[in-house]
Amino acid sequence: MAADLIERFKIGLWRDNPGLVQLLGLCPLLAVTATFVNGLGLGIATLAVLVASNALVSATRRWIQPEIRIPIYVLIIASLVTCIELIFKAWFPELDRSLGVFIPLIVTNCAIVARAEIFASRNPIGSSILDGLVMGTGFALLLMAIGAVRELFGQGSLFARMDMLLGGEPMHGIVLAENGWLFLVLPPGAFFCLALAIAGKNAIDQRRQTSRNEIPRRARRLNR
Amino acid sequence: MPDRPIWKSGVTLAIIAAICTSLVAATWQLTAERIEHNQQEWLERSLRPALAGLFFDTGVTESKLTLPPPHGLPGSGPAIIYRVYAQGQPVAALFIVSARGGYAGPIRLLIGVAMDGSVTGIRILEHRETPGLGDRIEIIKSDWALQFDGRSLRNPEPGKWKIKRDGGDFDQLTGASVTPRAIIKAIRETLIYFAANADSIFARGDD
Repeated sequence: MAADLIERFKIGLWRDNPGLVQLLGLCPLLAVTATFVNGLGLGIATLAVLVASNALVSATRRWIQPEIRIPIYVLIIASLVTCIELIFKAWFPELDRSLGVFIPLIVTNCAIVARAEIFASRNPIGSSILDGLVMGTGFALLLMAIGAVRELFGQGSLFARMDMLLGGEPMHGIVLAENGWLFLVLPPGAFFCLALAIAGKNAIDQRRQTSRNEIPRRARRLNR
Repeated sequence: MPDRPIWKSGVTLAIIAAICTSLVAATWQLTAERIEHNQQEWLERSLRPALAGLFFDTGVTESKLTLPPPHGLPGSGPAIIYRVYAQGQPVAALFIVSARGGYAGPIRLLIGVAMDGSVTGIRILEHRETPGLGDRIEIIKSDWALQFDGRSLRNPEPGKWKIKRDGGDFDQLTGASVTPRAIIKAIRETLIYFAANADSIFARGDD
């Protein structure tokens, strides 16, 4: 059971990461990751919607006829996003203001509809919630990583404005430099960071693959 | 697979729609009060800094006036004015206007003007200027917005209501001069409007 759980997390966080491998939900991924806190905020919101939508789709999967499944997914996801938006407005108003239209736009994040179609509509509820959890975490971690890199090199700070999530006085975070490489804060910087992240993941996978192939060969040689 | 009657699909859809709607309705019930409270609090909190050093005894947002265009203030949308009083006497007016000519879209600007026509403070409410350059107009990023405190139409003289690069009195932002130009112009236009219309602003009833 525990090994299975670890395997599932490996799949969501690394092997099938929605952002890095499936390349889903790129619109919010590119748009809000100018700072770490924005990435974290949208990551949490997307994670919550994904878990809830997977749960609801899985719970109703027996009654959903294939012809009307897409409108039902849209209905479920849109209502959940509206709920999350209201919750953010009530408890994290600053963050809501900073993320702006990208919270309602979670509706259009195809990662969510994709998980409903690929996974939740065919699997029991517990497994679907777990799927939402691992995929959402994978997506959120990517948002946070890109946000951190862009904030660090683009503005010279890290974890600025965490007060939007935690409350209290405006926080400046860790300020390392007055200014940064402006290019990274602008939209093209998001594309480059994502490209580097994908390239990095592929490089690591490739190296692992070759070393995995090499070990048995070396072992055989030793045996001889 | 046998053909399922279409009404069955319709009923399923309706039931799920009803469930989803009640979910949203319940969340709204739970959050409506907090959201309303947050918005009011945010408004009060974002308006107060523009009244630095003034004594007033009314809530900032109590006496609101919305002017539909054309109103002669900067911006093409409606302009909002909050009137602030102390013991029944007008103390200052707060203008929410849009500065045009910024780098990316209108800049929502809050300008406080005391009865003697001097600026009590300005704050940027909303903008889409370039992060790292134009966004230093925000008070959290730099002190740029503070240089307008106490200024009026005669301080500096009319020809000096410009950034230094254009021969004026005001600091620009390194690497960004479009944004400051737009804001300075909007402040000056607001001060001119106040000088001409101060009496009628305070004579009108609340919204």
